[in-house]
Amino acid sequence: MTLDAITIRLDDRVLRLPTGATLTDLLEQADVPATSVATALNGRFIARAARASTPLVEGDQVLLFQPIVGG
Amino acid sequence: MTTSHPDPLLIDGVPLRSRFFLGTAGHASPEALRACIEAAGADVLTVGLKRTLQGDNGALAHALAGARSRGARLLPNTAGCRSAREAIALAHMARELYDTAWIKLEVIGDDHTLQPDPVELLAAATALVRDGFVVFPYCTEDLVMGRRLLDAGCPLLMPWGAPIGSGQGLLHLAGLRTLRERLPEAVLIVDAGIGAPSQAAQAMELGYDAVLLNSAVAQARDPVAMAGAFREAIQAGRSAWKAGLMAPQSMAVASTPVSGHAFLLGEP
Repeated sequence: MTLDAITIRLDDRVLRLPTGATLTDLLEQADVPATSVATALNGRFIARAARASTPLVEGDQVLLFQPIVGG
Repeated sequence: MTTSHPDPLLIDGVPLRSRFFLGTAGHASPEALRACIEAAGADVLTVGLKRTLQGDNGALAHALAGARSRGARLLPNTAGCRSAREAIALAHMARELYDTAWIKLEVIGDDHTLQPDPVELLAAATALVRDGFVVFPYCTEDLVMGRRLLDAGCPLLMPWGAPIGSGQGLLHLAGLRTLRERLPEAVLIVDAGIGAPSQAAQAMELGYDAVLLNSAVAQARDPVAMAGAFREAIQAGRSAWKAGLMAPQSMAVASTPVSGHAFLLGEP
């Protein structure tokens, strides 16, 4: 059986995307500006330049990180 | 940033005028943070990364705008990491978001003391240096581990004075002194545990090259005034180190010349 859509987790949200969608597609669908965050896919850093060539698959976990204050 | 400062601290080829590195966490508002940065005169500001569960309101960029315009450098950290794998991933994210290869490497091994995990720290430092990072490792005063980190390519060490946020000062004074004496060429920065300007001055008097702190300023009743107090104390400690402290003596050594007993002439 082939899936025409996949389910992924973006931080604490569950999203449905077309099969073959990339990390870039995910950020666009979630309305997240590309340069405002860093991305990790299943705990692995994905550089901004590699997002468009990083396809997502069913069950993937994507975490977004952004600048904050720190000590 | 000018290179004409009479006593710059050189890190990664960058001359820093201030030896006061300031953390940016825990302030009441972006305006309060900005005022503290100015009072501190800090050239290096630590920042962090966080998962975007609540959204970015741009407050950090607002607070740092003034400092960055005068050439202050950002030093992202890997706070919260407990493995080399986590820290390496977060460092790469920080480099992308902050556009700097400088990274304050924290890999914590104990939840109560927030003591660094030396094994994971060294593994992460080695990998990150290989990946082109300038690694500022948050470490203990352990001399052998310090050597290992320098051998791995770290340009400096950042040993703790006491547990992060504890304000206890230089708890590990003997070890810190040994580290300075045994690594005379290394850039050493006390990071964590400083609670009072006198403690910062003490670190500088030991010959440490800079001090990094956060909570002591952010938690003061008047953070701006405290930032200024630390600025003066760190400069005073540096000046004292350069001037050369006298050697402690175990017994009293009279400072007033008494030979000849000039003032006792004429007494019975």
